[in-house]
Amino acid sequence: MTLHHLLMAKPWIWSFAATITVWIVTVLFTGGASSFGLSQAALTFAAFSVVVGIGQMFVITLGPGNIDLSVPATMTLSGTLALKLMDVQDGMIVVGLLASIGIGLIIGIGNYVLIKALRIPPIIATLSMSFIVQSVAIWSNRGLRIKPPETLADFATSSLFGIPNVALVALILSIAAWVLLEKSIYGRWISAIGQSTFAARMAGIPVDGTRLVTYMLCAVLASVCGYLLASFSGGAALNMGSEYLLMSIAVVVIGGTAVAGGNSNIPGIWGASLFMFLVVSMLNTYGFGAGFRLILTGLIIIAVILLAGGRQSLR
Amino acid sequence: MKLSSGTIRLIIPAASLVLLLAAVFYMQPRAMSYTGLNLLFNLAVPIALATIAQMLIMSVNDLDLSMGTFVSFCACVSATFLQSSPALGILIFLGAIAAYALIGVVIYVRDLPSIVVTLGMSFVWGGLAVLILPSPGGTAPTWARWLMTAKPPLVPMAIVASILIAAVTHCIVMRSSFGVLMRGVGGNDRSVERAGWSVLGLRAATYALAGFFAVLAGIALVGLTTSADANIALRYTLLSIAGVILGGGQFVGGKVSPIGAVIGALTLTLAGSFLSFMRISPDWQIGAQGAILIVVLALRLALNRLEKREKSE
Repeated sequence: MTLHHLLMAKPWIWSFAATITVWIVTVLFTGGASSFGLSQAALTFAAFSVVVGIGQMFVITLGPGNIDLSVPATMTLSGTLALKLMDVQDGMIVVGLLASIGIGLIIGIGNYVLIKALRIPPIIATLSMSFIVQSVAIWSNRGLRIKPPETLADFATSSLFGIPNVALVALILSIAAWVLLEKSIYGRWISAIGQSTFAARMAGIPVDGTRLVTYMLCAVLASVCGYLLASFSGGAALNMGSEYLLMSIAVVVIGGTAVAGGNSNIPGIWGASLFMFLVVSMLNTYGFGAGFRLILTGLIIIAVILLAGGRQSLR
Repeated sequence: MKLSSGTIRLIIPAASLVLLLAAVFYMQPRAMSYTGLNLLFNLAVPIALATIAQMLIMSVNDLDLSMGTFVSFCACVSATFLQSSPALGILIFLGAIAAYALIGVVIYVRDLPSIVVTLGMSFVWGGLAVLILPSPGGTAPTWARWLMTAKPPLVPMAIVASILIAAVTHCIVMRSSFGVLMRGVGGNDRSVERAGWSVLGLRAATYALAGFFAVLAGIALVGLTTSADANIALRYTLLSIAGVILGGGQFVGGKVSPIGAVIGALTLTLAGSFLSFMRISPDWQIGAQGAILIVVLALRLALNRLEKREKSE
């Protein structure tokens, strides 16, 4: 019974258990030869999902209907413009980072203005916004592939004590997000709004301000992730964000954050991000074709949700 | 004359469609003909069917993020199995519809978030589509091709089909007792349950019906394009959601409008043609589509306020 309680109190255990299982299965298949490389690749690629996932998690915590679909477009625009601005000069790295944060802030404000002023459901507001942002990215990109400054590219692709730098950045951001969520008044506010917006308003919580900050935070994390991803992959591409739309939602939900809002979970995002990457690489290792790989990925996502969802219905 | 709130909710989508159409005619008078209209609205038929499917799911407060991949999958099946061995094709479609019903049941029984389950399913349908057609190809069944290119007198096929879809789904959703119960599940499933109905059965039936319309969307799409590929309809997921909202539907509460959804789908299709007539640079086409979406929704807000003021007076 105590084990059961532990599982209910710590929903992220599921995603980590699944991750470890998949890791062991993959490493066993390759006879242990790949364990270091696999772990490093998993940490690197999970880091990008974690950064966007945290932003999406804050938005989803706000309650039913809150979701940010402009994440991929924001990543693309930020990556494109930041690299263009830096123009391969090492001295411009900080300026580029600040510019991408600025882009995130503007998109976040734009999103919330649409949601609030026009009372458009967030899913449609952020979708329309992403169309516009995507257009700006297409217009500014012009099919050119600008390289990142060398120092930045080195930083993004190298590692410290065997841990990839991008994973360390994601870790720092996660700790900051955890403090924000668990120890700050802002974190309590978003949970309260997610549980009942009406009650939160009655309790005197500045609901609109909090929601605005949350959408801005999500857009900023997405643009920082775009900046990192563009530096890591040696240039921005117009479709670089596309897979992160579904990924950002999937890692949040598999990680044990309640989709109905009001209850979020940061360790789970790490578990889920690692899991999502490892599943794909496991299926690759076993030599499945693209079709089977997609089908199995889908079935595994549903299986994890079925397992993890069961604990809620037990209550 | 007193207008019902349902009628008022239809005015904005209808008005924006008429406005957009007038703008297109003004810029390109030649579009004001049988062939012109057919070309403008041809691609709207599969989008309208997918929008109806999405609307059914939304009427029970769920959201289907696998719509695009499912329609792609259906298009692949239509261009291969349905063409070469119709019996097997129909069997696959029945299986797919049963899978939709099963998803509806699982989501309800385990109290799962629909967006995540359908997200997972989108990988499954996408994978199946890749297995069926690894590279673009296939041939449309002759009858689907005939149906989609038919030339009825006076009114082009695309318009006839849209009106037919709107009329049939209006009867199912707004006039039949099943439709009332379905929207009741979206409004308050507990009271439907207490009134002695099986919410489980209703949700399964709703999902199955949505699957059926999505299958029709896939067949209609292949009838137009003559061949298929695994990514043919990916954008339908977002288009269908936008179409429902544009047509006055809502995410929760079982407030949906089939006629509105069809109009919403037509508006979205027309917006694309409108932008190419405006000679907007291709860079900005997607952005302008987003802007049109925002403008129409802003208009709706203005009208809703008007409606509320009338009620309070």
